[in-house]
Amino acid sequence: MSTDAIISVDSVFKNYGDARILERVNLDVARGTFCTIVGASGCGKSTFLRMLLSQEHPSRGNILLEGRPLPPEPTPDRGIVFQRYSVFPHLTVAENLVLASEFEAAPFTGRLFGSQRREALAETEALLDRIGLSHAANRYAVQLSGGMQQRLAIAQALVKKPSILLLDEPFGALDPGIKLDMHELLLGLWEEFGMTVFMVTHDIHEAFKLGTRLLVFDKVRHDLQAPEAYGATITYDLPLSEPEKRSDRLRDEIAGTIHVPKTALSSGFQTPNPHEERS
Amino acid sequence: MRLINRKPGRATALMLGLLPFLALIIVYTIASQARLAENPSDRLLPSLQSMANAMEKMAFEPDRRNGELLLWKDTFASLARIGAGLGISTLLALLIGLAMGTLPYGKAALAPFVGAFSLIPPITILPILFIILGLGEAAKIGLIVVGTVACMIPYITQAAFDIPREMIIKAETLGASSWQIVTRVIVPGVLPTVVMALRIGLIPAWIFLVSAEAIASTEGLGYRIFLVRRYMAMDIILPYVAWITLLAFIMDYLLRVFSRVAFRWKHLEGDSL
Repeated sequence: MSTDAIISVDSVFKNYGDARILERVNLDVARGTFCTIVGASGCGKSTFLRMLLSQEHPSRGNILLEGRPLPPEPTPDRGIVFQRYSVFPHLTVAENLVLASEFEAAPFTGRLFGSQRREALAETEALLDRIGLSHAANRYAVQLSGGMQQRLAIAQALVKKPSILLLDEPFGALDPGIKLDMHELLLGLWEEFGMTVFMVTHDIHEAFKLGTRLLVFDKVRHDLQAPEAYGATITYDLPLSEPEKRSDRLRDEIAGTIHVPKTALSSGFQTPNPHEERS
Repeated sequence: MRLINRKPGRATALMLGLLPFLALIIVYTIASQARLAENPSDRLLPSLQSMANAMEKMAFEPDRRNGELLLWKDTFASLARIGAGLGISTLLALLIGLAMGTLPYGKAALAPFVGAFSLIPPITILPILFIILGLGEAAKIGLIVVGTVACMIPYITQAAFDIPREMIIKAETLGASSWQIVTRVIVPGVLPTVVMALRIGLIPAWIFLVSAEAIASTEGLGYRIFLVRRYMAMDIILPYVAWITLLAFIMDYLLRVFSRVAFRWKHLEGDSL
């Protein structure tokens, strides 16, 4: 196990009752890595991400965060963006971003008032501008389009400056064009904040484009009589530098193993949303 | 076009909506006139005119015995009881619902008890309340609480369960404590349902209010109805029933408006009652 790893996964197993989801997962991830995770549906890649978040816990094995056991519950050092429900619908865009400071500054009320509140709101302006939502600062989060909500969700997850950002199919419900904007935003923020990213995606192109390291989850053992007897593990662990990123052959090979389409963006069937606002 | 695809316009819809009310009034008037033609002192179906006269007396002429305007006195007494009862039961239902909906320990401790409690027919509690609390206001308010709280708790508990797990996890990653998650994420998410539960609670609240007033009271809308029943004073009973219905409608309407104003974000998403 390398000492400079921010995340070390040591022979982790995960079972739900009799069904084994993951088995013998071993992994060391260096600080600053952009790790993309792909796999067939139900292969346990989201389960793996939830374990990194401490939303779920390994049945066997250990996960170390900077050499220490992972805390038993979600903490601010690991930010999260889900595909849906990541932002708080009853708060405005600006309030969503101020919330973390309010939690920290006001243990009992969880709210800031008066000049403190104005200060906190002023501090979020740069971030609002960065995600192109300044004009929507006072709109409720429910009023935003899908792409805008996800931009807000990413910004909100970065407020606490987490060392690890976890993304669970964050762009799975977005139109292809919006997705490209989101890729740009995410890569920019990743460089700016220098965090380690784990991103689960269905989109093999997205995985190759964004990642510096690609993990593929798949089952290596099959039992036709008992399909749930064996779990998935990491079958490919590829560093993605320029030559690999441009290799169609490699991409198609992996697309084949996890049963996703080789060509085009996978969620292109959705009709574009005319109300989507791009920055 | 198929009947299922034909839609009335606004004016037609309004007319159609008024039709059953009109039909009821017409049928009543005809029946009342027929009975009164046979026996002018019939009390069962008084004419609209005599109901109006009786109500005018109740509303604007001081009572001979104590000089009070009975309709307003009754209305005020009943509204005070129903307000206090529903206020207490809403607060209780919110606390219990939140405890069950957010804390696994709260659910384990409270769910079986609440489930058992909700099966007790509330009216059977009334004698117990009278014995413990006396015949005063406390027993009547207590009955409204017992009669409404059990049906409100499940709504609020479910609303707390229905808050996406993702939001709670996100709040945890933003450094929120359990208390902060409850007050800033779960309560705001649950409040629109609290108003909904309150509207649902209005129905049993009126039932138990009138029941309690009928049995032991000296004022109140339910008390008056059961008092004048002895004289078969249908000219008072029928307008009182209509008045109670109107009050219930206004309360429900105000709650609906309140929900739209107070929880604007909730009503941006789509249709709701």
